Amino acid sequence: MSSTNGTLLSVRNLSMFYPMRAGFLQGHRGEVRAVDDVSFDIQAGETLGLVGESGCGKTTTGRCILRVVAPTAGELWYHPREGESVDLARLDTGGLLPWRQEIRMIFQDPFASLNPRLPVLEIVGECLKVNRGLRGSALEERVAELLGMVGLRPEYMRRYPHAFSGGERQRIGIARALALNPRLVVADEAVSALDVSVRSQTLNLLQDLQNEMQLTYLFISHDLSVIRYVCNRVAVMYVGKLVELADTRSLFLTPQHPYTEALLSSVPKPDPRVRSQRIVLEGDVPDPSQPPSGCHFHPRCRYAVDRCAEETPPLRETADGHHVACHLADEIELVGIHG
Amino acid sequence: MPVERQPPSSEDLLLEIRDLHVHFPLDEGTVKAVAGVDFDVYRNRTLCVVGESGCGKSVSAQSILQLVDRPGHIVQGQIRFHRHDADGSVTVTDLASLRSSGRAMRAIRGRHIGMVFQEPNTSLSPIHTVGNQISEVIRLHLGVDEDTARRQGIEMLERVGIARPAQNYDAYTFELSGGMRQRVMIAMALVCSPALLIADEPTTALDVTTQAQIMSLLQELQADFGMGVMLITHDLGVVAEMADDVVVMYLGQVAEYGDVDRIFHAPAHPYTKALLRSIPNLDFDQDIRLDSIRGMVPDPFHRPAGCPFGPRCDEVIEGRCEAENPPAFSLGEGGSVRCLHYEEVALS
Ligand SMILES: Nc1ncnc2c1ncn2[C@@H]1O[C@H](COP(=O)(O)OP(=O)(O)O)[C@@H](O)[C@H]1O
Ligand SMILES: Nc1ncnc2c1ncn2[C@@H]1O[C@H](COP(=O)(O)OP(=O)(O)O)[C@@H](O)[C@H]1O
Ligand code: SF4
Ligand code: SF4
Ligand SMILES: [Mg+2]
Ligand SMILES: [Mg+2]
Repeated sequence: MSSTNGTLLSVRNLSMFYPMRAGFLQGHRGEVRAVDDVSFDIQAGETLGLVGESGCGKTTTGRCILRVVAPTAGELWYHPREGESVDLARLDTGGLLPWRQEIRMIFQDPFASLNPRLPVLEIVGECLKVNRGLRGSALEERVAELLGMVGLRPEYMRRYPHAFSGGERQRIGIARALALNPRLVVADEAVSALDVSVRSQTLNLLQDLQNEMQLTYLFISHDLSVIRYVCNRVAVMYVGKLVELADTRSLFLTPQHPYTEALLSSVPKPDPRVRSQRIVLEGDVPDPSQPPSGCHFHPRCRYAVDRCAEETPPLRETADGHHVACHLADEIELVGIHG
Repeated sequence: MPVERQPPSSEDLLLEIRDLHVHFPLDEGTVKAVAGVDFDVYRNRTLCVVGESGCGKSVSAQSILQLVDRPGHIVQGQIRFHRHDADGSVTVTDLASLRSSGRAMRAIRGRHIGMVFQEPNTSLSPIHTVGNQISEVIRLHLGVDEDTARRQGIEMLERVGIARPAQNYDAYTFELSGGMRQRVMIAMALVCSPALLIADEPTTALDVTTQAQIMSLLQELQADFGMGVMLITHDLGVVAEMADDVVVMYLGQVAEYGDVDRIFHAPAHPYTKALLRSIPNLDFDQDIRLDSIRGMVPDPFHRPAGCPFGPRCDEVIEGRCEAENPPAFSLGEGGSVRCLHYEEVALS
């Protein structure tokens, strides 16, 4: 666990609405509210987890921060090591250039995210050529060093991606993300495609690298047991909204949002002697182009009252550092992992 | 508090797999996907098959139904299916000896043995409605007319928790969510009340909340129909929640077999122990660093000599493990382990 020294990124009222493709609902022009008025801070040196079911807007949040897309609304205040804070949401391609080197991405799919026609030297070295002007032996030295850092043999730089296993490819993806000494790394389902033993090796590697390089991670995952293991704080999303944000321990032991409670109860516990008390949610996650009124969770919430269908609960601080968006947060007793 | 579980009874035996070998002869060499596998499945019990990618879980399941992709084929072994009839008689058939597209196999597949795969998209047709696909199964196996098939199909959709079953019966599968498609697959697999359900990673592509729905559903349906379930997964949490018995596979072999409580609380094989240590736990009293198994699963063309787990094992016996591929030693109570450390245990 690293010490925190200030805020690295302040996300304020971030929204990303995608226009809906015409056709399916002829004539009706709607929008997909992938991320809807989300605010949170990422502290320097921490690992902030972003968790929720598929389609809740995790990847879109990451893509906004990386400015792969231009958000529909909101601010992304990045606080550089030196100088004034900048709102990434307002910068154009040219203005983003210096910050793109400090905020990097590790992708989920180690198979799809590496160009099969390029050797590792090119894959890891490309950004070094473009941004640092490295060539020849200087480039090879730096790539060798990076491969060493992620536990791959430097000789492997001549090989092509197909010659590597899934876990090794993910290490190549990590080496690429770290090549420019970033400050913030967005890891989107970075270990989800890996088998247990390779997954634990990769998680340990990410933690070692965080300590060595003072990295900050935004760790996106749908897997709560992985989140619990790597994150200092966790943000839970549901249909484009942030519903709970707390330090990992509080979130897992004393969740305050009914959705978080249900999510935690659904994680299968790896002990046959523990009889799990699954809260089985009815139905499916709602479509973000037509979210339910009021609290988006109300049709599936077992605590819902009339008010929940009418008013959207704001995210508010209920205890030190524990934020929750639920009308009843102060009234209901929820069960954490020790249920 | 240990959950009470009865040991299996031989009267409930459904499937006995003995010394199964399945090979894929490829240009680069032969992949021994299944290299001598033994296990049993019982009525009213769930057997979980667990192991990392490529260890032969799916190919083992496909062998039971004679659905192994070419050029893969069963080269050795028996798959004895015990058919229990209403009058109490039992007929045993060796599925390994049947032809894939033969009459006998087709009469069993989908009727007495149902199957659900990870990717419903590859098993469901996009150009037919849910109803077309379910009624085809019903009419093929139960020989009923269209109206009866429709009624039974809608009933089954309702049973697996599909909302508005009559309406969704006429829907196309692409109109359904991932969780709904997986329910349709389960409905199709169960509509003929099979004795055995084979489910290959049925929830791997789904969110935990949907996974919880599907697992609860499988447990309910098993309680109602008394079917035996063979559930393939790489998630040890799912194993702990669902299994009565567990098969741990490594490189095409059963490293360890036993009842779920023993596998989790007194694992014998070094691979089982290492797997259990490497899973992130929700507990906060656990150390912050995860254990991991060193190295990685060897590629199928370079099987290690001797014990397949040898190159990654922390308990190697110098001079022996590199030379001998251990047979399965009995651990008592039906359990077994393929590790030389248990040779004496088995003898005594
Ligand atoms: N480029 C896009 N165009 C239209 N809709 C999109 C696009 N990207 C994502 N979405 C939609 O936005 C929602 C959130 O998606 P995403 O951020 O990928 O969720 P997550 O990563 O949590 O699974 C989903 O409903 C998804 O279908
Ligand atoms: N159609 C196929 N052609 C060639 N090899 C295959 C085929 N299917 C499986 N295999 C090989 O057989 C082995 C076992 O695969 P599989 O049973 O799918 O593993 P698991 O389901 O445990 O992940 C692997 O080495 C895999 O590469
Ligand atoms: S606001 Fe109402 S519906 Fe939403 S989570 Fe709280 S109790 Fe449930
Ligand atoms: S036989 Fe030897 S190498 Fe194999 S698991 Fe046992 S101790 Fe390890
Ligand atoms: Mg995503
Ligand atoms: Mg498989």
